[in-house]
This record gives sequence, C-alpha cells and structure tokens, in this order.
Amino acid sequence: MSVATALSGCLDVERIREDFPILAERVHDKPLVYLDSAASAQKPRVVIDVMARAMEKQYANVHRGLHWLSERCSDAYEGARDKVARFLNAEREEIVFVRNATEAINLVSYTFGHAALEPGNAVAVSQMEHHANLVPWQMLRDARGIELRIVKVTECGEIDFDDLAQVFADRRVKLLAITHMSNVLGTYTPVERLVAFAHAHGAQVLVDGAQAVVHRRVDVRALDVDFYVFSGHKLYGPTGIGVLYGRRTLLQSMPPFLGGGDMIGSVSYERSTWAEPPYRFEAGTPAIVEAIGLGTAIDYIQGIGFDAIAAHERALTDHALRTLSGIPGLKIIGNAQDRGGIVAFTLNQIHAHDVATLLDKQGIAVRAGHHCAEPLAHRFGVDSTARASFGIYTTSAEIDLLAAGIERLKKVFS
Amino acid sequence: MEDSVEDLYQHLIIERARAPHHAGRLVHIDGEAEGNNPMCGDQVHLMFARGDGDVVQEFAHQTHGCAICIASADLLGDVVLGRHLDEITSTVDAFEEMIRTGVRPTRRSEFDKLAAFAGVHAYRSRHRCATLAWQAARTAIIRMMEAHHG
Repeated sequence: MSVATALSGCLDVERIREDFPILAERVHDKPLVYLDSAASAQKPRVVIDVMARAMEKQYANVHRGLHWLSERCSDAYEGARDKVARFLNAEREEIVFVRNATEAINLVSYTFGHAALEPGNAVAVSQMEHHANLVPWQMLRDARGIELRIVKVTECGEIDFDDLAQVFADRRVKLLAITHMSNVLGTYTPVERLVAFAHAHGAQVLVDGAQAVVHRRVDVRALDVDFYVFSGHKLYGPTGIGVLYGRRTLLQSMPPFLGGGDMIGSVSYERSTWAEPPYRFEAGTPAIVEAIGLGTAIDYIQGIGFDAIAAHERALTDHALRTLSGIPGLKIIGNAQDRGGIVAFTLNQIHAHDVATLLDKQGIAVRAGHHCAEPLAHRFGVDSTARASFGIYTTSAEIDLLAAGIERLKKVFS
Repeated sequence: MEDSVEDLYQHLIIERARAPHHAGRLVHIDGEAEGNNPMCGDQVHLMFARGDGDVVQEFAHQTHGCAICIASADLLGDVVLGRHLDEITSTVDAFEEMIRTGVRPTRRSEFDKLAAFAGVHAYRSRHRCATLAWQAARTAIIRMMEAHHG
C-alpha cells in the first residue's frame, strides 16, 4: 500500500491516477506533478472516450431533427441534465446548462438582477470572491443603480459574521452572492448558516460552488440555496460546460438571458414568447458533447464517492499544511478551521512568479498571481501568491516533492 | 535543477534582482514613465535626466516585482547611461524582438549582458515581466523628445 493510500483511508490514489492519461506525461523531462486542479482539473479516460464516442457514433443537433441521430443525441444531452439534477438533489427543470460558473453568475445578474432588484436594493458579496462573483455585480450596480456591499473576512480567512449582520441590518440586501470555497484561502463557508441568515433577512442566496463541488457532496435542498453554480472543467469534465441550479419558482419568474433558437415558445414578427425553464435560458445550439462529458465525469466521481474524496482531501490538506508550514520563510495565506485542498503561500522575498517558474522547471505545476481575486490579495497585504491545489489524483508524495522543490528554488536565490 | 534553470535565471539576473545598481530616485527628472502588470502586481517607475543634447546622463528606477522584472529594469539602466535617446529606442526594439524570438541580436555589444534574458522567450507568461521596464522606457523617451523638440 502506498503512503498516499494509507493517508487517505479508502481512496486508492494509484488506481485513480491510472484513469488520467495526462499524469503519465513528463514536463521538462521530469514526471508531471500537477498541483493546479483548482484552476482546471485533468480529465479521466472515460470522459475523453465518451466525448469522442459521442462525436463518432451519435452526433447531431439536439431538440430539432426528427431523425434517429438527433433523438439519440438529445437523449444523451438530456440524460446529462438528469445526472446533474441527481448529483445536486434538484429537479431536472432546475438545471440550466451554461458555459461555466462565470456565465451562470452573469445569467443570474442579467435576469434575476435586472427583473427583481431595483434602486435602493443591495447585493452583498464577501471579500473572498473570485472576480466572477464580483465583477458581474459591479456591472449590475452600475446598470441598475443598486448598491454592492462587501462582507469582510477575518484574518484567518473566515466570514466575519459581525460584519455580515451590519451589512444586512437595514434589510436592503436582496441577494447574497457568496463562494462555497475560496479559490485562494481554501476556506469552506458555512453555507447553511449563511442561507438561514440571509433568508431571515429577506434576501436570496447564490452560491459559487466552482471549487467546493469538486470536494464535497452538494445537496441544494439541504443547503436551501436559491442558486448554485459550478463549472464542468474543475469537476474532471470538459471546458465549455457549466451548471446553473435555480430554484424552480425563481427560474420561472426570470426573463430570458440570451435570445435565439431553442429558448422560445413561439415567434412571430411582432412578438415572441419564452420557453419554460431550463430551455428559456439555453439559446442556440448548446455544448452538446461537453454536457455528455460532464455527465460522465459526474458518474466517475460518484463511482469513487464523496466520503472517500473528502477524506482524501482532508488528509492531503493536513499533510500539506504541516509540511509547507515547516519551510522557513514560507507563509500560508489564511488558516480557516474548515478548509480544503487549496494552499496559497508567499516565500520570503521571492516573487510568486519566480516561485512558479522555478517549480515548473522541476515538473511541478502551481499557479501564481492573484488568482482572479485581486481585492482579496490586497486584503491580506500581498500582490500575488503561489498556489498549490489538489485533486483526487494528488498524492502526499507529490506534496513532499513540492516542499523539496521549494527548498531547492530557495537555493537559487540564496 | 541548477542546470535547467540556467537559461532563465542566469547569475546576472539573480544578482541584479537582489542588489540592483540603479534602484532609487533622481532629484532632477527630465522624463519618467510607469509600467504596471495588474496580473501579478509588478510595477516599474523609470526616471531619466538628460545631459547635453539627447544623451541620458542619469537614470534610476523603482521596481516592485519578480526577479526577471527587477533585473530587466536594472540592466536597462546599464544600457541607457551616456547614450542618445534614438539609440536607446533602437535597443528597446531589439530587446523586445529578442524576447519575442529568443534570438540574441548580432553586432550589438549592449546585448552581451542583455542576452541573459533571451531564455525568457520560452515562457510566454513571463514576457511581460522582462519587457515591462522597456515599454516604460519607450514612453519616457517619447515624452522627453516631445518636451525637448515639441
């Protein structure tokens, strides 16, 4: 039994690694150590194969042709929607396919935001949002004359509930848009508590699940969220496909996002009527093959099971925090109690870009920069950090290689 | 690892990043420009003082960023001192061309040192780190020429 397997309890990481062809690649003639899964995860063979098969054997446009291929392809596309619905414990009518989490948030901003919010209302986000859950609300603020409020995070990287209470005190906040897991700090937010608080104050809640959905079972009914969004490509699925879950009554009350084919009831030169959700929000030919790929990615991770995935992530995170915090000059950003497999750090006077390049030279892929959360970096007094992030295929041995790599790159600057 | 990083993190780059020769401020400034890379927070501020004609007499920079960015701004300083603004513009063009192609320009002695950055070519995401100061230099030179001749 490998060290990784022993650490993770019931997840056989070596077996899982065999499912991901890219992990056999070499970078700069070194074995690839891929620690950038929070940016985008690698793809298992089953996802690659199902997409190739869909194009080779059953491809046609969906919802249109009355021919056999179109029917089969529509079945597969709608089958993927059923899988997503079961995955989130939602109804299929509540699952809208979009390009990614960013598009899902923009969709809600343009539709719910424009229809349900008016001047005098406010949207609240936290200090630890990805730009995807900040910029669309700034745009809505400027277009609709609403207010955008920022809920502070504490020094350890958790939601400041005192500040949250102040932000909501005048009951003008009508939407709380908040991450489920910070893509920089690794903090999991207490979504159930936040939702209960927001609902009690007359606000609805959108949760950005781009990071969290990879590591933990998400039940939108149990969480009682109004909107939940995620991207397929971080969930071991393809790029170009993402999901907006919206509570059925909310989706029904929202106007369309984009106009075009597939989203209509009927069309005349004078006027058009809209299809029911989810099709109202899916104008034009969708990402058919990508949706099928996402469905298979969901099958794949459900086959592994979230109990094992979460235990593996906990073991890796504990190991990483222990190992990295022992390196002189290395400072980890954020130390929330409930945190997962994302570790952003600074290293003495060595800039994060230099850290990332020098690790890359050793075959170790990490991200460097502000990670699309520039205001959060400034909140913690840094311009940029290096970030290691973990997936189901990450081993504790790879974290040891990261630590050794950091020690070696420090020598270049010594 | 030491062998494999030589093409990018040459000794000269590390040295200048650690202890830049031209870091600081000028008292008298004839031309200045700033450069920012919002993706990583790199910032350069270049200051020039002119002597007779269009020759640079003094140079200083304040650079906040990665090793490539700081060393690049500092070696720019080596190149500009005592040289005519037109010549500097030509070197800026040649430097950017070298980053684009990875090939050291021939028959240019100033590239004996600047060739240290040729390896950055292989790292598209780092091009901006190397060229940030040089782009700012071009802006500062245009400003000085306009102020002088305009």
